[in-house]
Amino acid sequence: MRPSLELRSHTPRSILYLTPVIAALLTAFSGGVLFAALGYPPLEALYAFFIQPLTSLNGLAEIGVKATPLVLIGIGLSIGFRGNVWNIGAEGQLTLGAICGGAVALAFYDVEGVWLLPLMVIAGTLGGMAWGAIPALLKTRFNASEILVSLMLTYVATLFLSYLVHGPLMDPEGFNFPQSRLFHDSALLPTLIPFTRLHLGAAIALFIVVAGWFVMARTLIGFQVKVIGLTPAAGGYAGFSQKKVVWMAFLTSGGLAGMAGLFEVAGPIGQLSPSVSPGYGFTAIIVAFLGRLHPVGILLAGLLMALSYLGGEVVQIELGLPLAITGVFQGMLLFFLLGADLFTRYRLRWNRSPAAGTAAGAARPAEAREEAA
Amino acid sequence: MESFVPFIVIMLGAATPLIFAAIGELVTEKSGVLNLGVEGMMLMGAVSAFAVSITTGSTTLGLLAAIGAGVLMALLFGLLTLTLLANQVACGLALTIFGIGLSSFIGKDYVGKPLDALPSMDLGWLSDIPVLGPVLFSQDLMVYAAIAVVAAVAWFLYHTRAGLVLRAVGESHHAAHAIGYPVIRIRYMAVAFGGAMAGLGGAYLSLAYTPMWVEHMTAGRGWIALALVVFATWRPFRVLLGAWLFGGVTILQLHAQGAGIAVPSQLMSMLPYIATIVVLVLISRDATRIRMNAPASIGKVFHPER
Repeated sequence: MRPSLELRSHTPRSILYLTPVIAALLTAFSGGVLFAALGYPPLEALYAFFIQPLTSLNGLAEIGVKATPLVLIGIGLSIGFRGNVWNIGAEGQLTLGAICGGAVALAFYDVEGVWLLPLMVIAGTLGGMAWGAIPALLKTRFNASEILVSLMLTYVATLFLSYLVHGPLMDPEGFNFPQSRLFHDSALLPTLIPFTRLHLGAAIALFIVVAGWFVMARTLIGFQVKVIGLTPAAGGYAGFSQKKVVWMAFLTSGGLAGMAGLFEVAGPIGQLSPSVSPGYGFTAIIVAFLGRLHPVGILLAGLLMALSYLGGEVVQIELGLPLAITGVFQGMLLFFLLGADLFTRYRLRWNRSPAAGTAAGAARPAEAREEAA
Repeated sequence: MESFVPFIVIMLGAATPLIFAAIGELVTEKSGVLNLGVEGMMLMGAVSAFAVSITTGSTTLGLLAAIGAGVLMALLFGLLTLTLLANQVACGLALTIFGIGLSSFIGKDYVGKPLDALPSMDLGWLSDIPVLGPVLFSQDLMVYAAIAVVAAVAWFLYHTRAGLVLRAVGESHHAAHAIGYPVIRIRYMAVAFGGAMAGLGGAYLSLAYTPMWVEHMTAGRGWIALALVVFATWRPFRVLLGAWLFGGVTILQLHAQGAGIAVPSQLMSMLPYIATIVVLVLISRDATRIRMNAPASIGKVFHPER
């Protein structure tokens, strides 16, 4: 009596949508075990991590603030992942977006105007796109692994930002702190809810969710990406270009990551500093998978991951746990999800011998039932 | 010539963690599994080695802990990709994210604590030979161990039956399965070896290269190790060559700063990453060469059809 796996011909919707929920519950359970093992009251800690941030208006607004970059980047990455294009350097593209958009704000630090913010958004998006274009070019032209190139560029981007805020873009009146000038009001995103940090970027992220759904579900290019991702050969016979998909994936995800980076510096941060993101570019990878590469799923997953950042902050303050607990939770969640994914593609069968189904093996299921009993 | 000596000595040190991590990943990939979690495994190795060494006072125990941590992480990856048939790229990324988080979590209490570096070997009169002495005969034990592991892997892969089987599994898992080799079990072992070596590579960082623990102290070395495997076109001895090259680039950057060359330190620190990209482009440009050398089943999920 041993279990075996059988390939599913198609995946029931219920299982597809249930597995992320199960993965989240398993993560919460393992988190409780972890808290208990470290000597903290598990239920209290779990409450602090998952529930407490939701109990105030400010907490809810903060979730929106943190979900904004995650959802924006997650939508971009999901397009590539569907086409088997692995952009894992979104963190670098985010940084370049912050640099380019931020540089515009600093160039006009003494000029105000309604045109400034749109110009910053365009600069940030283009900056992210340019950074994403490098791995796309090296992949399509020289066959270099986009995974490694995009990741290496993340380190380059972070160092570049550090150089800028220590040098050319450092605030001249900032007592040599590695920070830029503060952006003035017309270079800052307006807030949606007074006295919170929830900014216009959140609304734009929602719009991108809808746009992302439209592109993937209703346009030819979305269809091409999906076909190439599922069976590259079929895509080739249909005349779809793999290179086009690589470019499209990197320009979209790079651009959205760049926009997210600009939203960070023109929103919650308000200036350029050596660190503009607590790893949103990497967490967005989890968001894309957890959301099943579907825009609506990504929105929900982005909110959950935003909660994990906030929860990490709360348990740090209340229980004195290191902030890195967020990374542990995020890693666990992705593990459980990828593990549970088995059941979206395979069905668990108990004791079906190879001959079952043929006439000779017809008696076997009866035996199997007896054994099971 | 004399001024060249410290350069080579430090270069060998900088290359050592890369050699360990890359040779482990090479064996993993030769068995047909792509584990992108090297960075995470190295970090867990680094933090475990440091924590155990400082608590017990024994470097040996620290190294064993690093191997153990690396293997555990690798087995977690194996469980997901080999038993639960999950996507290897996604699981490797998950392993890295998890490793970064967990190592920072574990290492919180060890940040800023001092530790004595691994002692250099003193081989008596051999170490006193000018030029050759410092370069060849007065490194710490791990530097020699890394080179020995590369030689051992080269011998294992190309001169033993088990090595042949491992390569067969990596080239065609269905064929290997059909002649009766336990594909999954062999891959588990290869993945575990990769984890052990990544753990040692991390341990070298936190015990010898910069004897301390800092969050995310590998700074991308796990990813550079992955690139080195491609650079080496899956040949063990070329890993050595590649690692020394990268060690040289790292040191060049330090020396340029020391020599007062007026380039900001952040821009100089970009060198190893940019070098990685350049090397990847140069090697991958020849698609046929990659196809000829890469294990044919790499990254593919194996589920035996009955």
